[in-house]
Amino acid sequence: MKTIQFREAICEAMSEEMRRDESIFLIGEEVAEYNGAYKASKGMLDEFGEKRVIDSPIAELGFTGIAVGSAMNGNRPIVEFMTFNFALVGIDQIINNAAKIRQMSGGQLNCPIVFRGPTGSAGQLGATHSQAFENWFANTPGLKVVIPSNPYDAKGLLKAAIRDDDPVIFMESEQMYGDKMEVPEGEYLIPIGVADIKREGTDVTIVSFGKIIKEAYKAADVLEKEGISCEILDMRTVRPMDWEAIFTSVKKTNRLVILEEAWPFASISSEITFQVQENIFDHLDAPIRRITTADTPAPYSPVLLEEWLPNFNDVVKAVKDVMYIK
Amino acid sequence: MKKFTKQTYINWYKDMLFWRKFEDKLAALYIQQKVRGFLHLYNGQEAVLAGALHAMGENDKMITAYRNHVQPIGLGVDPKRIMAELLGKVTGTSKGMGGSMHIFSPEHNFYGGHGIVGGQIPLGAGLAFADKYFNRDGVTLTYFGDGAARQGSLHETFNMAINWKLPVVFICENNGYAMGTSVERTANHDEIWKLGLGYEMPCGPVDGMNPMKVAEAMHEAIERARRGDGPTLLDIKTYRYRGHSMSDAQKYRTKNEVDEYKKIDPISQVLDIIYKKKYASEDEVKEWDAEVKSKVLECQKFAEESPFPEKQQLYDMVYEQEDYPFLKHR
Repeated sequence: MKTIQFREAICEAMSEEMRRDESIFLIGEEVAEYNGAYKASKGMLDEFGEKRVIDSPIAELGFTGIAVGSAMNGNRPIVEFMTFNFALVGIDQIINNAAKIRQMSGGQLNCPIVFRGPTGSAGQLGATHSQAFENWFANTPGLKVVIPSNPYDAKGLLKAAIRDDDPVIFMESEQMYGDKMEVPEGEYLIPIGVADIKREGTDVTIVSFGKIIKEAYKAADVLEKEGISCEILDMRTVRPMDWEAIFTSVKKTNRLVILEEAWPFASISSEITFQVQENIFDHLDAPIRRITTADTPAPYSPVLLEEWLPNFNDVVKAVKDVMYIK
Repeated sequence: MKKFTKQTYINWYKDMLFWRKFEDKLAALYIQQKVRGFLHLYNGQEAVLAGALHAMGENDKMITAYRNHVQPIGLGVDPKRIMAELLGKVTGTSKGMGGSMHIFSPEHNFYGGHGIVGGQIPLGAGLAFADKYFNRDGVTLTYFGDGAARQGSLHETFNMAINWKLPVVFICENNGYAMGTSVERTANHDEIWKLGLGYEMPCGPVDGMNPMKVAEAMHEAIERARRGDGPTLLDIKTYRYRGHSMSDAQKYRTKNEVDEYKKIDPISQVLDIIYKKKYASEDEVKEWDAEVKSKVLECQKFAEESPFPEKQQLYDMVYEQEDYPFLKHR
């Protein structure tokens, strides 16, 4: 085993895959000479050269479309968005072309491409730089959406995403790039669409994904001292969703709390709630609770940001609610 | 460039006439409600395709917007399958999943068939990117209308394509109207080719009613791209006789304007040359006309007699991955 940062996990995944497949290239703003805005592509220009590690101008619509077009003609591009907030400028190419080209062509074409970059809030960045669009992309047939929460998962899942023959949205976080963790020395892959029980428990299931899951860990520590055992399920992929993992855990605990860093309306947690009530309603001993951001654009002021963002206290409270503990 | 021979003119005449009659048949089938959705027809613009096909090489590709039924025919796709696609049949080019605006046949170097105005422009540059990346000898002809010339996707793509010297030719099929809005009303000047100047991209206007002029301009642009000197912008001035789509009442132009263009119709221009150079007699031309008519009827017969897709097909085309749908429907 070796200890690496999240950004190194991303870099290793891309580099290992680029060594085994000539058709892969990396394109995005500052990915080459600058080594990545968050240094997730450090050293890659030196190793792979400017043909395969490409600095784009600030033109998300254009370079996203060029990458999608190349994927229709033999390439397997990795498109880095400096953040997914900026992906909105290029979202036409993701939704209307990458996600549709296979069906529209009757299966004659496909689009093996990865769109990756940070999602969600990352401190006091204000309204335009703090958004989470997992549910936007996960709503779209034709896409897959992966959102790891630690370096080990990130490396194995990104390698799987790059090898996947369908378009994959791969979401990271500015606040996770420095996270460290032990990963195997050798190659490993983690399949897309498989959740992971990060912590076993018996009283309540907490479903989450991405960096906000850390608030669930903190909450579980607090609750453990009070004799409450939480099972924490990290979805890792939100499309396709590992429904069986959720159902199995909820059948065991009979109580469900969902923690998501996104706006509440028609969110991932809304869909999970619907699926659980439809499929295993009789196993629930309490109404499902979910924790999201406030239903407002992200504020700047620290006091307001704290109010806006979910934290472990919210999780503690929600867990106690579903256990009917005051 | 290949010379314009007797056979060139004869083929142009037969092809362009077939494309026009094919589109006329689609209009008729639309009125009969056998073709549904939106239907954008190519009538009047045939010289743009005829000229391009004359100049294209074997590995060159084509991508366009939603006025896209006849380009794949020109590239060798069986027209029966295109008509079947428009009727939503399983024998269609996309097995009925695409419809009028989404014809594809990569096997014949035709990459769509795109419904979002300007969305195909970066895709065309991307196809060219891959050909350059893999050192293939291919140039991508990327078509768009005068309306798409005002989209940001065009400008972003122009910038990268010339900067990276991608083997692409940008072809504005300028038929004068973005749906019902004339070119003059969409920008400060009405010469779309001048958009290339800001990117120092070779550019210029082309007479789009004349296949010879189109072929000459295309040849120069394709060869420039092929030798690694990057893209060209051709502003091909053409005209569509029919409305933007079948639901267009055409109140933005006069009948007189349409009639003026019909006087320089590309098919008539080629037929005039055929007669002038005595390449064929009137009787021979009548025979060709009859052949075209029966070929169109064969397409209709095939399309109408073909079966619709099985319901399961709804779930078979979305992903490469097989265990789909992720969510049950009913």
